[in-house]
Amino acid sequence: MSEYRVLVVEDSPTMRQLIVFALKRIRNLHIEEAGDGVGGLKKLSAQKFDLVVTDINMPIMDGLKLVSLIRNDPQYKDVPVVVITTEGATEDRDRALALGANEYITKPIQTARILEVAKQMLGI
Amino acid sequence: MTDNNDSGGIHSRAEEFLQVFKKGAEFTQGLLKENERLRFRVLELEQQTRDELPAVELQLLRDRLARVESEKQEILNRIGSVEQENLDFSNRYAEIEAENNLLANLYITTYQLHSTFEVNEIIRIIEEILLNLVGAEQFSLLLSDENGQFLQPRINESGDPQMTEVEVSDVRIMTALNEGQNWIASPGELKSLSPTEVKAVIPLMVDGEVIGVLAIYQLLAQKGSFSEIDEEIFNLLGGHAAMAICTAVLRRESVGNINFRQGFLSRS
Repeated sequence: MSEYRVLVVEDSPTMRQLIVFALKRIRNLHIEEAGDGVGGLKKLSAQKFDLVVTDINMPIMDGLKLVSLIRNDPQYKDVPVVVITTEGATEDRDRALALGANEYITKPIQTARILEVAKQMLGI
Repeated sequence: MTDNNDSGGIHSRAEEFLQVFKKGAEFTQGLLKENERLRFRVLELEQQTRDELPAVELQLLRDRLARVESEKQEILNRIGSVEQENLDFSNRYAEIEAENNLLANLYITTYQLHSTFEVNEIIRIIEEILLNLVGAEQFSLLLSDENGQFLQPRINESGDPQMTEVEVSDVRIMTALNEGQNWIASPGELKSLSPTEVKAVIPLMVDGEVIGVLAIYQLLAQKGSFSEIDEEIFNLLGGHAAMAICTAVLRRESVGNINFRQGFLSRS
């Protein structure tokens, strides 16, 4: 059975832990974590991922910039991207989708929702 | 005489022949009638057989239909039973997912609260939990000093939270502080409360003593009301956040005199 590789980019340790906690229920899943967009990009350039889950509001490089860079790089432009948004920030969410994000999850997030979206993106 | 005798014999023979012929004709007539009767009977029997055979087949078909109907009903009952089981499993799955979500939230809350000795970091974690796990948009952490004054810690770069004295006159906050009981607005109350009014108050307690409160003023737009998970997180925060803050403060006070790591290691 092939291994899926997921990159979680989130500055909040609490949220990151919750996302990882939820994703760990998927078998054969390898998770890498980054605290901001720059860290995420470094990991992306170093290895291949099947899915990127990223928050929008982050220091140094936010999720919108990360989505834009991912979609404009031939190396990983096809990697599915899920953004995590605050419900009120519909503008950010719409921008992320316009930039090429595949799906979004709103806070406060439910573990079942993360799992559902991740499985859908990975085609499991 | 002879002629008379001869003609009499011939006549007698003719009569005899006629009698035989008549009998033969009657016998033939009888045979024809019998033949007719038998043919009629054969036709009757054939008709009867034709009438009776479908009736038997019909009965067989009826029996078979009844069996099929019975099987169909049994299958329908089984489908109904399987559908009910499916619904039960689906409900159970939803319950387990909700429980899993609750446990994940509680685990992460506990883990994060006790992951550091830095007061600033603990305050930041409390804020993160309220924002990301509960979905609270506006809230404040108020600590009370020995004089009963409320102090609002603000995170700064030095690592020491800057305490600002704040005036609190909210009855619900005062009640929570005095009684040590959570107050969480019901869905109905949430609708009637103004945006500036407190929506939930969680006293922070250590050893039965209230050291402060968490006051929630506004929830995220999509969050219509507090959930069971929120209540559990509040219960956990009430005890663990207070303990984490106290531990961090005590550690901070003692760290100038004792090297914590050395002190801890020297015990073993």
